[in-house]
Amino acid sequence: MANFNLNINGKPQQVDVDPSTPMLWVLRDHLNLVGTKYGCGIAQCGACTIHLNGIAMRSCILPVSAVGNQAITTIEGLSEKGDHPVQQAWLEHDVPQCGYCQAGQIMNAAALLKANPHPTDAEIEGAMHGNLCRCGTYTRIKAAIKTAAQANG
Amino acid sequence: MMQVKTKIGRRSFLKSSAVAGSSLVLGFSWLAGCQPVAADAEDLPAEWFAINAYLKIGDNGRVTIVSPNPEGGQNVKTSMPMIVAEELDVDWEQVVVEQAPLDTESFTRQFIGGSQAIRQSWQGLRMAGASARYMLCQAAAQAWQVPQNEITTRLGNLHHASCGKTATYGEMASAAAGLPVPETVTLKAVSDFSIVGTSRKNVDGHKIVTGQPLFGIDFTREGMLIAMIVHPPAFGMTLKSADVDGVAKMPGIRDVFSFKSMQDDYERQYFDTVTFTDLVAIVGESTWQVMNAKKALRAEWEPIVDTPVAVDRFGQKQTITIPAGLEGTDVHRKQMAEAASKPGQIRRKDGDPDRAFRQAVKVVEKTYTAPFLAHNCMEPMNFFAHVTGDKVELAGPLQKPEYTEKTVSARLGIPLENIDIHMTRLGGGYGRRSYAHWLVEAAVIAQKVDAPVKLIYTREDDMTSGIYRPMYQATYRAALDTNNQLTAFHVKAGGIPESPLFPNRFPAGAVDNYLAEDWVIPSNITIGSFRALRSNFMAAAEQSFLDEVAEAAGKDPIDFRLELLTRAMDNPVGKDNDYEPSRYAGVLKLVRDKSGWDNAQSGHARGVSAYFCHNTYVAEVLDLTIKEGKPVVDRVCCAVDCGIVVNPDAATNLAEGAIVDGIGNALFGSMTFKVGVPDKSNFDAYRMIRIGEAPRKIDVHFVENQIDPTGMGEPPFPPVFAALANAMYKATGKRYYHQPYLSENQVLG
Repeated sequence: MANFNLNINGKPQQVDVDPSTPMLWVLRDHLNLVGTKYGCGIAQCGACTIHLNGIAMRSCILPVSAVGNQAITTIEGLSEKGDHPVQQAWLEHDVPQCGYCQAGQIMNAAALLKANPHPTDAEIEGAMHGNLCRCGTYTRIKAAIKTAAQANG
Repeated sequence: MMQVKTKIGRRSFLKSSAVAGSSLVLGFSWLAGCQPVAADAEDLPAEWFAINAYLKIGDNGRVTIVSPNPEGGQNVKTSMPMIVAEELDVDWEQVVVEQAPLDTESFTRQFIGGSQAIRQSWQGLRMAGASARYMLCQAAAQAWQVPQNEITTRLGNLHHASCGKTATYGEMASAAAGLPVPETVTLKAVSDFSIVGTSRKNVDGHKIVTGQPLFGIDFTREGMLIAMIVHPPAFGMTLKSADVDGVAKMPGIRDVFSFKSMQDDYERQYFDTVTFTDLVAIVGESTWQVMNAKKALRAEWEPIVDTPVAVDRFGQKQTITIPAGLEGTDVHRKQMAEAASKPGQIRRKDGDPDRAFRQAVKVVEKTYTAPFLAHNCMEPMNFFAHVTGDKVELAGPLQKPEYTEKTVSARLGIPLENIDIHMTRLGGGYGRRSYAHWLVEAAVIAQKVDAPVKLIYTREDDMTSGIYRPMYQATYRAALDTNNQLTAFHVKAGGIPESPLFPNRFPAGAVDNYLAEDWVIPSNITIGSFRALRSNFMAAAEQSFLDEVAEAAGKDPIDFRLELLTRAMDNPVGKDNDYEPSRYAGVLKLVRDKSGWDNAQSGHARGVSAYFCHNTYVAEVLDLTIKEGKPVVDRVCCAVDCGIVVNPDAATNLAEGAIVDGIGNALFGSMTFKVGVPDKSNFDAYRMIRIGEAPRKIDVHFVENQIDPTGMGEPPFPPVFAALANAMYKATGKRYYHQPYLSENQVLG
């Protein structure tokens, strides 16, 4: 066990955990930030996607000891009122069915649009390839990303 | 308008216990979200008045409608309350929806399964809204001393024209709550609907996109421990011994022990399907610590012997035997070929099929197969349990809480009335969460450790512990005469370990000489319903076969099907045909029109398929091209007849998802076994459809009618398998008989 000082959603947080603990479980078990989801534990489904310094990362394979003071953003911190353009677009297209994968989809989409404000269809497919949706809402996910991209002007 | 009775015999549809009951307070406080959004908090009334089990009205006019069934993505939590709100005549924007707990006194059929939620609750939900509206009118009539039938309502307001008085529902709620439930109520005319039939957003949408706790795996409680189980590595194996002391001292571990989830002499109910009942539990303070102990645990396993198990299938008592042995896919294939070569159990016979086949000018015969499939819900199986003395509190995602509650009661020896089940949102179900053995495991573990516990399956546990779509095979034969008329049809189908056959479905009833027979092969691999159970295979096989028969007959595949349906309409063969030919033909005609079937775009290969299951008719036309050796689905056009469409955009979303899911399973889905071991345990090996493989465009069209609504969760799923196979044939010249249609890295064209 060791103490780690973390910067999560703009706030300092301290946890006392095994250094090998993935950020996914630090968030869920120790900080009660459960919007980040467990799906596979091996970075194959994208349900656990967070931002590390604004870049999409799979938190299930990111040990807490590797984070240091880098800025972590989770779905709970993506926007103050849940009104990030991607979140708004998700609501406009009523994307979710079961909803379990959607936080990861949204975090990945938000990182994509930050890096590439106007992605092509192929770029969307490439960037979102790692995020599984078992309910099959992919056509709406793609449409919502395009709507959110329009908000980029 | 229609008058309906609110009672059948002495049983009332409308009781007042649920929303007023104390057990719900707990459910509300957690399930409504830990932090209510600001708008919700500001609008909270000073007092709620429960009018019946389904709804309560606040003194400020806010309306809470309880959604009785679990929500797993099929939109019932939005669609079911919409039906109540329609008859109550309120502004949907004023409605707050809350999830009901399991309450068999107040509600019937709190299930997910069989696409039946809307169909079977339609009348009851309408009655709940209409009778509450009646009681509010009665309260106003008494207050204003006017005849009740002169009172009108509009969007949560009561009005009496001649005396000019108006009141909100909130103002009359207190008086209405004290009135008796009327014995009959009048329902709205369908043409007067203003909520049902209009698209309304998912009531949990905001909570989902902001990551609020909604799912079972998110549930937490002060002092809660995390539990995981270790199950045998292979079907056909059981626990011999576990070195519990070896991991008990690892950091954060509180308890390690072996246990039985079901006693050997327990008479199982229908949904108590599970192979592994002898397990090791690891309980600790955090998930990562428990995962590490789980990896470190050393256990010995031994082969099972043939094991008789008593089963009560809804009153039908029988003993089934779980066979010993370590099974493999290669052996399964040989077993199926052998079973198919022998006479099957005849389930339906019309005319003289033998003679018709002897006299045929052409006979087409083809065999289709499909593998076991894992459900792969994105939220792995999990459940919260807390046993204190003789009280049990349970929370989590499951599809059949009423049945699972009985299993828990029997296992713990605690009466049903002392068990509370709170239903969280399901991170997918697709049939898997009907078999809630993990809930029983959680309860047994919680009782042993005497603390609140959340059991979580790892993805590997989830994928390798069973409940799969069965492995299936079907052989079809069709006889054509000199005029290319279908004179005989023969289907022989079977599976491991259940038959997929529906003997009375199309084209039964449309062919003079018809034979349907089946067979089964026992197995110790546990199976269960998987989105559109059995139909998901039979539609793929039958609709691929009909495409090939139409080609052999030199006919357009839609015309060929319509010819058969016309025969079934005008002069049906037999009496027990499981479909309405006119509605079946209706979706085919709609999809022909909407897809531009008669003016196919150049460059696209097209396939058509249509199927009726779970009371809904669906036809699909799929367009694809081969690019760089891979099928690219450019468009799927889908026509649906599910009667009245309650929430059209949500129904469209379900059809889109089912089409994507079907294409994924048809192309890639497969679980295979070697010496009893499932050979895939996570998404690196088990291939799921990803965004780039989904259709570029999906159009969904609904037949407009005023028939009572039927379900949407399953019916759009089965037809797409054959629409895809038939389009792939057009693109490649090769027929696809065996799922998954693509092997790893296969190049087409």
